[in-house]
Order: sequence, then C-alpha cells, then structure tokens
Amino acid sequence: MSTSTPATDGPPAVVLSGITKRFPGVVANSDVHLTVRTGEVHALCGENGAGKSTLMKILYGMQHPDEGTIEVAGKAVRFRSPADAIRAGIGMVHQHFMLADNLTVQENVVLGAEALHGIGGRARKVILDLAKSTGLTVDPAVLVERLGVADRQRVEILKVLYRGAKVVILDEPTAVLVPQEVDELFATLRAMQQQGFTFLFISHKLDEVRAIADSVTVIRRGTTVGTADPKAVSSRQLAEMMVGSELPSPETRESTVTDRVVLRVEGLGLVAEEGTRPVLDGIDLVVRSGEVVGIAGVEGNGQTELVETIMGMRRAHHGRVLLADRDVTRLGTLARREAGIGYVPEDRHRQGLLLTQPLWANRVLGHQTREPVAKGPWLDLAGAKRDTERIVADFDVRTPGIDVPAAALSGGNQQKLVVGRELSGDPVLLIASHPTRGVDVGAQALIWDEIKAARARGLAVLLISADLDELIGLSDTIKVMLRGRLVADADPASVTPEDLGSAMTGAGSTSAAVAELGGGE
Amino acid sequence: MGILRGKLLPPVLAILFSALLCGIALLVSGANPVDAFGVMVSQVGQGTTAVDIINSTGTYYIAALAVAIGFQMNLFNIGVEGQYRVAAVVAAVVGGSLALPPGLHALVVILVAALVGALWAAIPAVLKVTRGVNEVISTIMMNGLALGLAAYLIREDVFGELRGNNIRTPEIPESGWVPGIPLGSAGTVFGLVFLAALLGVGYWVMMNRTRFGFELKASGESATAAAAGGVNAKKMVLVAMLLSGGIAGLVSMPEILGRDHTYNLNFPAGLGFAGIAIALLGRNHPGGIAFGALLWAFLDKSGLALDNVGVPREIVTIMQGAIVLSVVVAYEVVRRFELAAEQRRVGKQLGTVGAS
Repeated sequence: MSTSTPATDGPPAVVLSGITKRFPGVVANSDVHLTVRTGEVHALCGENGAGKSTLMKILYGMQHPDEGTIEVAGKAVRFRSPADAIRAGIGMVHQHFMLADNLTVQENVVLGAEALHGIGGRARKVILDLAKSTGLTVDPAVLVERLGVADRQRVEILKVLYRGAKVVILDEPTAVLVPQEVDELFATLRAMQQQGFTFLFISHKLDEVRAIADSVTVIRRGTTVGTADPKAVSSRQLAEMMVGSELPSPETRESTVTDRVVLRVEGLGLVAEEGTRPVLDGIDLVVRSGEVVGIAGVEGNGQTELVETIMGMRRAHHGRVLLADRDVTRLGTLARREAGIGYVPEDRHRQGLLLTQPLWANRVLGHQTREPVAKGPWLDLAGAKRDTERIVADFDVRTPGIDVPAAALSGGNQQKLVVGRELSGDPVLLIASHPTRGVDVGAQALIWDEIKAARARGLAVLLISADLDELIGLSDTIKVMLRGRLVADADPASVTPEDLGSAMTGAGSTSAAVAELGGGE
Repeated sequence: MGILRGKLLPPVLAILFSALLCGIALLVSGANPVDAFGVMVSQVGQGTTAVDIINSTGTYYIAALAVAIGFQMNLFNIGVEGQYRVAAVVAAVVGGSLALPPGLHALVVILVAALVGALWAAIPAVLKVTRGVNEVISTIMMNGLALGLAAYLIREDVFGELRGNNIRTPEIPESGWVPGIPLGSAGTVFGLVFLAALLGVGYWVMMNRTRFGFELKASGESATAAAAGGVNAKKMVLVAMLLSGGIAGLVSMPEILGRDHTYNLNFPAGLGFAGIAIALLGRNHPGGIAFGALLWAFLDKSGLALDNVGVPREIVTIMQGAIVLSVVVAYEVVRRFELAAEQRRVGKQLGTVGAS
C-alpha cells in the first residue's frame, strides 16, 4: 500500500472511502476505497465490467453513491452533477472524443465555458498558455477536423484544464493511439505532473500502466482489491490481481505445426463494390493443421475483406480458396461452415450474435444444419440447449441461465459464447477476427487457452488481430497486410511490436525478423 | 412472469390508451363515450354479430399471418391486398369451371388460390433479389395492377357473367363448397375458419421448431449476423415472400367457399392493410395475432351499432389507428425496459454475488 512518488505534502487530491453503489447495472460498487495523492499518476485497473466506469462516474458527479464519502483536497464533497465536480477541480477525458469537427480548437475548448474567459482574445491567451503544458502545438484557430487523433486528445485534455481541473480522469486514453503517440502522451503527462496536475488513469493495458503510473489500484467485481507500486509488480501479477487467479500467457512456443495443408488461398482478388479499386490483390496464403497464421495490419487494409471472402460472404473476383484440397471458391457461407470452418467475426454484436435471442438460439446460429442443434429441417431444441449448457460450463460463460438474451451478458461472456460455438462441431479451420477485442483479461486468457488447445488438437487457425502482443504470442507465422496485399512475413519468435508496427505502416522493416515479400504485383 | 408481463403489458397499455383517445374524440364530438362503448359491447349479442365477428376474425387472421411472415425478416409485404384479390379471382374462375368430387374440388380451389398468391408475390420477390427493388414500392404497385387485372378477368367477355346489376365469376358448383357450422338465426360459422386456426398452428411450429423459421428470425433480428451464420439472404427473401403470398392467397377462401361461391363486385377490400395493422398489434406472434384479429373484427362489426346512438362509426377507424400507433410505441418502451431489467437481473445474480 506504500509507494514513493513525487507527491507533494498535504492532503491527498482525492479520497474515496467506502463507496457503495447499488447501481442497476452489471456490477455494483461495494465498499470501494481509493486514495489519490496530489501530483501522482494513479492508475485504476480492472476487467471490463469490474466497476471502473461506475466509480469514475461517481467521482465525476454523473452517479451518486448510496454509501461512502468523497473527499477532494481534504474536504468532503457531494457532487450532484459533473458541473459540481468541475468546480471542485475534477475533469474527465472520455474515451470517445466529444469534439465538434467543424469548429476550431478554440471554439471547442470554449464551448460551454464561455463565462470563464469570454470567447475572444482573452480565451485565446489562456488556451495558448495551457496548450504548452499539453504539448499541443497547433494554432487554436485550426479546425478540429484537420487534427489527428493524438492532437484531438490533447484538445480534450485542454478542455478539461481550461475549466480549471487539477485532477484529470483519463478513460482508456491510449485505446485510440499508436505506440509512438502513446509515448508522446506519457511524456506530456509526466511534464504536467511536474506542474502539479494529478491524473487518474483508467486502463487495462498493463504494460502502459506500469510505464506511467506511480501507483495502481486494482478493482475486481465492484470492489477494490488493493493498491500496488507498479515498479514493484509485474504485469502478470497485476493481471492476476485483476482476475483473482493465475493467468496463462498467450505464448505458445512448442510448435504443433504439421505439413497437412488445411486452407490454401491462391491469388485471391477482390474489387471494391463501388469502383474498380482492388481491396484484395493477389493474396496467397497457406494455413496448416496445428498452425496459427496471424495477419497483422492497420485496420482497413483488407483484413475484413479477406476474412469475408474466405467465409464466402463476399464473392472473390480472382483466385481460389481451397479447404483441405477441396475447392470451395463457389460455395456459400453455410456450405463452407459445414465443410468445417469456424468463424469468430470481428464484431460480435453485428455479426456474432442475435442479441435479443436466448443463448441457446445463439448456439444454433451458423450450425442450423448440423447436429446436435438440428435434425434435418427441424431444430433440435433439447440438443441445442444441452450443448449450450456444455459451452457455458466449459467456457466459463457467466450467466444465470441459457434462456437469458445474449444482450444481457457482458462483452467477455458474449465472446466466450461465440468462441465456444465456433469451436463446436470439430472445425478443421478457425477464422478468428480480433477474438479478444474489448474483453476483459479473464475472458482473454480463457479464449487464448481454448485456441491453443484446439491448435494442439490439429486445428488450423487464421488469426486477425490489432493486438500485436496477442498476434505475436499466439501465431506460428505472421504475415503483414498493407493495402490489400500481403507485404511481409514476420517470425513471431523474434519480432517486436515496434518492428511489426513499422512494417504495417509500410515504413519498411528495420528488423531481421520481418522479411519483405517480393515486390511483385 | 417477467416474460409474460413483457408480452401482455404493451397491448393492454396500448388498447387502454387508444380507448382513452377515442373517448376524448367522442367527448369532443359531443357524444357520451360510455354509452358508445356500451352499445358496441351489447351489439355482440344481437342477431348474427357474434358469428360475423368469428368469421371476420378468421379472414383477418390469415391476412395478418401472411404479413407476419414477411415481418419476421423485416420484409414489408404490403402486397397482401393485391395477392388475395388476384388469388380470389383466379381461384373462383378455376373453381367455377371444374367438375370434381366434393372435397377434392374445394382442395383444388384452395391450392390454386395459394399458388396464385405466391406467384403474384414472386414478381416483387424476384425483383428484389435480382435487381434490389424495394419490396414496399413494388408490392404497392402490384396492388394497383391486381385491381385492374381482377376487373379485367370478370368482364363479361372474359370470364365474368352479369347477374342483376352485379358482375361475377361463374358460381362454383356445390361440390366445391366448404360447409360451415350452422347456428340457426345466429348465422353460420365458415368451415374454413378452422383453416385459419390450422395455419396459425403451422406458423407457430415453423417459427419455433424448424430451421427455416430460425433462419427467418435470425435474418430479421440481424441481417449481418445471419449472413455470418451462413443464412442466404436472397433465398430467404424469395422463400419468405412466396410463403407470405401463398398464405395471402387464402385470405378470401373462407368467404368464397363458405358463402359467396363466386368473386363479384362486392368483394371485400382492405383486408391486406388490416392484416398489416393486426400483425403489428400481435407482434407477429400467432396468439397475439389471433387476439388482434378478434379485436379488429369486434370493432368492425360492433361499430355498426354506433349509428343507432348517433355516433359516427368512423370512430372505430380512429380507434384502430390509435391502437396500432400506441402498440408500436408501447412495445418499444416495454422492450427497452425489459432489456434493462434483464441486464439488471443478470448483473445482480453475478455481480453482487461475486462482490460480497
């Protein structure tokens, strides 16, 4: 519970004691204790749905605690609304930016706070002053739509500072940034820390937490588990505090790759629906039994199209898709699924689940022609329910029953259900698009484990992920995708996220672990 | 209990709300709402009203089922109106020109009606699947064509014959009639009212027990999830539309085979549109639709009595419209409320147990 930080003397910036919120949500806060000292960067970690957001909403005045007290700079306060919190010097930078694109930086900052310094020259002067501390170098008269993501975030921070915040809550600030921008953000935070600002940093990226935070408080199932010195604990230990058990790592070093080819993609080409621009261009790909092939790439470089073409949801314009030597290029999605392809779609809400339908009906989706959920043209309700119970048990889907609608589950549990379904019926190939995106550490560990176990049984896996650690940890082979083409191979045993990152942006590889493929068209 | 509440609460709220609206409308027009509603209720015991309501319920029920099949996958078949009309003319003409043993004769007429309805619906379905034509537009246009086609087919120089000042198709011989249940002075219940009930059962089985029903529901809930799950959207549009049209073709069968035995100028119009409203009211559920159809029939037939107490019976139309609007709103409100309640329940069972 003790750390050495550049904290100044005097009362802590924020003290939450005994906060309990019987919030009608997935998890309530119960008896939460949190002490944030002035001038520190205090990280708040926890799984999705652990109660981080609720707690921050309470601190920011958006929710009212049923029990417990809040002290800011030594004085007990009661916030009725965010306006009260702002007056007490607490500001919040939301994960999703709340900026008007068609207004200038200055207009965005001043909007709603016109009474402070007017809207003219005086406001501009204050903004320029504050901008220095946030590292924002653009002119306040520039339109926000012309700013990049990192600068937009700075504008958000600026907005909070302009309103006089001394304590800034950052809700998953790095989720939208690339590694280099994260470093810049951290430099900014450290500089501002020297000027006496206090930060509450919400994240579940543990490496970042360890890089920036002076102390870490872990929250699990609505209550604080403890506070630790991030310098003294490993990411693994932190993660274990978050889940309350020992974690497996994504690493799968002992190779299970065989020489039996399961998926062979030859010269696959796809033309954009509007126009003639190629979205996929001459893709050659082989996935063998027991092998995980990872595709790295900045989103929008054709990964979605590649997956949907292999799944038969889009019609290829060139090339062939072979599943275990059988040409499936002309088959529909259902026939490909029947041939043994499991598919974890990138967006579980849009593509993976029928949200208002019960869990057992979601088990049927994609398997509606196969045992045990169907018999000929008839559904086998008993079989579907039995098998759903199996998935719920084996994949630790936390639900009161299989008759609740899928929408009632938390994201991690929904995803466990989807992965469990797609691994049902002995698939030979699993296509997993961002299989652990937006899920908590516990669900992530379980999904990794299941993928590894299936791989050991001989499953071929095509993995698409924006989480480079996941990609490097799980894959036997990594291919880099850029503008619809596979441009480089990387060896997951030696490649670093930074190497991959520069290959993904087309900056060229600087590492021996990334081998560029022949530049042929 | 929560599930039942979620299903029953919205229509009850909506009906109460629309009754309130109509009450206000009656007050504004200077009539006594209590009297008006009283007259409507007591009308049920008068003459053949009760039997008329049952017969009308059967017809409405079939029309609403036809619409509901499309609704299940967000396919808006506004063309039920035209499908049942064309089906009725052709079936009446075929029935009137055939000589078959009893039973078989009626069966053939019914099958022809279903087939013609499906074919009429096939045109917008094919247009949608191949050319992406919106089915709302095309089915509305097909309704216009249906009116013209029906009018043409019963011309004297085509298939029709002039009787008094009415033009009609040749009468279907007695072997093609479907006998009803005579209740003396209270009227005769159409035999094919039971066909409606049978269709309802079949519809329930299809939606809840078959792969097709599952795919239909999945397509309606989330087209993207259905596609990822291997549901062929084009095939679903085609089959759902044909099925919808086939059932629409049966809408007029109870009346034609049970009473009229011919298609004539007095052929009822607007059943397809009523079917849309009833399907909405019943939330595509076979039980809900039955209730909606009964309510609709009651308002229609009992509303006739309003003239006797000097209340314009158009008030019934206002009430029907108000019910549909309130139902749509009420369901959305209750749906959101229920989902939040369900999430709360799941949260309670997991979250607080874990946090304790």
